[in-house]
Amino acid sequence: MIDLIIFMSLLALGYGFGQYTEKKHYKSIKQRELILRSVPVIASRIPPHGNPNFDSQLVSGSVVISVDYFKRFIAGLRGLLGGRITSYESLLDRARREAILRVKREAKDLGAEMVFNIKLETASIHKGRGNAIGSVEVFAYGTALIPN
Amino acid sequence: MIVSNLEVVPGKRIQTHFGLVQGSSVRAKHVGRDIMAGLKNIFGGELKGYTELLQESRQEAYDRMLEQAKAIGANAVLNVRFSTSSVAAGAAELFAYGTAVILE
Repeated sequence: MIDLIIFMSLLALGYGFGQYTEKKHYKSIKQRELILRSVPVIASRIPPHGNPNFDSQLVSGSVVISVDYFKRFIAGLRGLLGGRITSYESLLDRARREAILRVKREAKDLGAEMVFNIKLETASIHKGRGNAIGSVEVFAYGTALIPN
Repeated sequence: MIVSNLEVVPGKRIQTHFGLVQGSSVRAKHVGRDIMAGLKNIFGGELKGYTELLQESRQEAYDRMLEQAKAIGANAVLNVRFSTSSVAAGAAELFAYGTAVILE
C-alpha cells in the first residue's frame, strides 16, 4: 500500500514538474531560436568559395537532459505495445535544439557569420532500470566562419 | 593554432600533412552529482552537473590533442571529430581526433 502511494506521488510529481519544465524549456528554445536566426548552421562539408576572408574556429555546445518519472513510466508501457514513444521524441528534440542553440550562441559571441559542417552526437548517459533511458547527452560541434 | 572540423580552411593551402593526432580522457561521475541526477530523473530537466562534467573532460581530450599537434610542429588541426564511449558503468571516455597540418 505504502509502495503504491509512493509510486503514485512520484508519477504525479513527475507529471506536474515534467510538463512545467518542458513547456518552459520549449518557450525559451523558441525565443532564442528567433534571436539567433542571424547565424545559420549549415551541415555542408565544403566551405563557401569565392570569399576566402574567413577565420575558422571550432565551436561546440552540449547539454544533458533527463526525462521525468511519468514519461519514463509511459515509455515503459509503450515498450509492451510498441509504437512511437512521443515522450522520448520530445526529450531528444529539446536536447538537440538546445545543443545547436549553444553552438550558435558561441558562434555569435565570436562574431561569426555562419557555422559549417555541424555534427551532432548523442549518447545516453544514465541508464535506469531495465536499460531505460534516464538522460541523454547531445553534443553539437561545427566550424564557425568569422569574417576578418 | 587553427582548429576546424572542415577538411580545408578557406583561403589557405595545406603545406604539410602530419597525419592523425588524438587525445582522450576517461572520467567517472561522483556520488554527489549522482544523487542530484537521481532527483532530476523524477522531475526531468537539464542535469547541469553532468553537462559541466562532460564539457570539462571533452576540453581535456581536446587540449591533449592540441598538445600532440604542437609537439610535432603543426599549426592547424583539421577535420576534427569527437566521440564518446562508455567504458565501464558510470565512466565515459571522451575522445577527440583530427589531422595535424601546416598551413601556408
